[in-house]
Amino acid sequence: MNHYQEIIRQGLWKNNPGLVQLLGLCPLLAVTSSLTNALGLGLATMLVLLCTNTVVSLIRNYVPNEIRIPVFVMVIASVVTVIELLMHAFLYNLYQALGIFIPLIVTNCIVIGRAEAYASKNAVLPAAFDGLMMGTGFALVLCTLGAIREVIGAGTLFAGADLLLGDWAKVLTIHLYQADHQFLLAILPPGAFLVMGFLIAGKNAIDARAAAKAKPAEQKISRARVTQVSAQ
Amino acid sequence: MSFKIASSPHQHSQKSTAQLMKLVALAALPGIAVQAYFFGYGVLIQLVLASVTALCCEAAVLAIRSKKIKVKLLDHSALVTALLLAVAIPSYAPWWLVVIGTAFAIIVVKQLYGGLGHNLFNPAMAAYVLLLVSFPLPMTSWLPAAPVQHVTVGPLDAVCAIFTDFSCSGYSVSQLRQDADGISMATPLDTLKTDLSQGYTTAESLKKPVFGWLSGEGWFWVNLAYLLGGLFLLQQKVIQWRIPVAVLGSLFGCSLLAWLISPDTNASPIFQLFSGATMLAAFFIATDPVSASTTEKGRLIFGALIGVLVFLIRSYGGYPDAFAFAVMLANMTVPLIDYYTQPRTYGHKHKGAR
Repeated sequence: MNHYQEIIRQGLWKNNPGLVQLLGLCPLLAVTSSLTNALGLGLATMLVLLCTNTVVSLIRNYVPNEIRIPVFVMVIASVVTVIELLMHAFLYNLYQALGIFIPLIVTNCIVIGRAEAYASKNAVLPAAFDGLMMGTGFALVLCTLGAIREVIGAGTLFAGADLLLGDWAKVLTIHLYQADHQFLLAILPPGAFLVMGFLIAGKNAIDARAAAKAKPAEQKISRARVTQVSAQ
Repeated sequence: MSFKIASSPHQHSQKSTAQLMKLVALAALPGIAVQAYFFGYGVLIQLVLASVTALCCEAAVLAIRSKKIKVKLLDHSALVTALLLAVAIPSYAPWWLVVIGTAFAIIVVKQLYGGLGHNLFNPAMAAYVLLLVSFPLPMTSWLPAAPVQHVTVGPLDAVCAIFTDFSCSGYSVSQLRQDADGISMATPLDTLKTDLSQGYTTAESLKKPVFGWLSGEGWFWVNLAYLLGGLFLLQQKVIQWRIPVAVLGSLFGCSLLAWLISPDTNASPIFQLFSGATMLAAFFIATDPVSASTTEKGRLIFGALIGVLVFLIRSYGGYPDAFAFAVMLANMTVPLIDYYTQPRTYGHKHKGAR
């Protein structure tokens, strides 16, 4: 299982699509104005990644190398269309809230990136698992970003959860504070860039601390020079 | 004996950063005084709030970054940032506005980029943009100048208004902004812009009470005071003439052209020069030695760019005044400007010369 553990580590932390590869920044920054939107798009992207990685891995031996990219794009486009139609049918409110960003999953670099880098070179099971983990990693970043921005900008958490999860989810909405003036910047795109920057900085700080702990500072032996360089 | 290796410029001015910053603050005093006279004592309270926040944030970040706190705090650069932000926001804005703004300016815009000398953007203006984008309503709630104010606001009222949103006699800030007829009075630039968009001519709009001699009531004197302060800075050689002259020159040129073509739909050049933040920005903000261009030719381009942008945004943009946006946009172009305006190194020939 060591291989699968490595996939989990890569997808969720070490090679996280949102924080490290910085792929799919467009939906990442545009949609994360609330936790509900972020979770919705995160789940959709995760599902797309799972399906495309599976299909691409299945057909990897039959696709000629020269035309693999168009074929992968066709696969991705079909899967995204299916997901979009499903959301249109069953999650109409969320579908409207996310708008253009659902069809735009096609252009998300993570999807084609994983298809090319992993799924086209590995067996079905690891490929599907990789898609799932990369998707989860992306969704986690989306949710963190969405939650922070929603709390700062609107003072709520999980507002409109019923759009995504059904009527029972109204109880999930938390009103943290009631502000007379909303902190609009957090909701607007510049706020997304700022929070994203802090998230990446935070991840790097954690990594740096872990690296420092793992490898205690080596004692450098510096030799004092005993001979005189320029004898005068 | 140690041989100190220093990079250029090798010729140093005798003044330290702290002295320069003190001179800047000194030069801003007449402007602040006139502003306090016309727009209420709130500006002084904002100054105190901003300064305290700036010093606390600066000390906190310096402590985290394990730098020498005392040395860096005493260069007064944080105080100048606080000063510029405090005079830029409305006098009776709620207290948390200036606190959020100053904290953002010092922590994010200045210290996260590496502290004094490393920031890409002018901290005060970046914070102003943050506040304007986030809280448009309190950021545009300027009171009309004292002579046209309906209710007189005392110093105690200023404290009450800033901390509770209501003056001690019970008026809310939005009530303080109203004239005798109960209509909110906007700033002169805002009024003119709204009127022009509603089809009035400039001359018709200028008859309103918010306007006074040459520009807005009170605003003319505030700008004049900052102009005097700026001239003092020039005389003390704290700033060079290039940036202010280029800013004012290009703003004057653009507005003169527009005014000559269509005097009914454009404000006069003099109105533009003595309205809003023009003089404060030209002499105190655009001349920030860190985020402005550093070459001689570059400074002219940088200033001219700010002037053009201010004219464009004031005339066609969504906001009544534009200096914060113009300065930030110009800050972004500084690396490019500096790259193409490198002066000839002594001993090297001109590019075209044989």
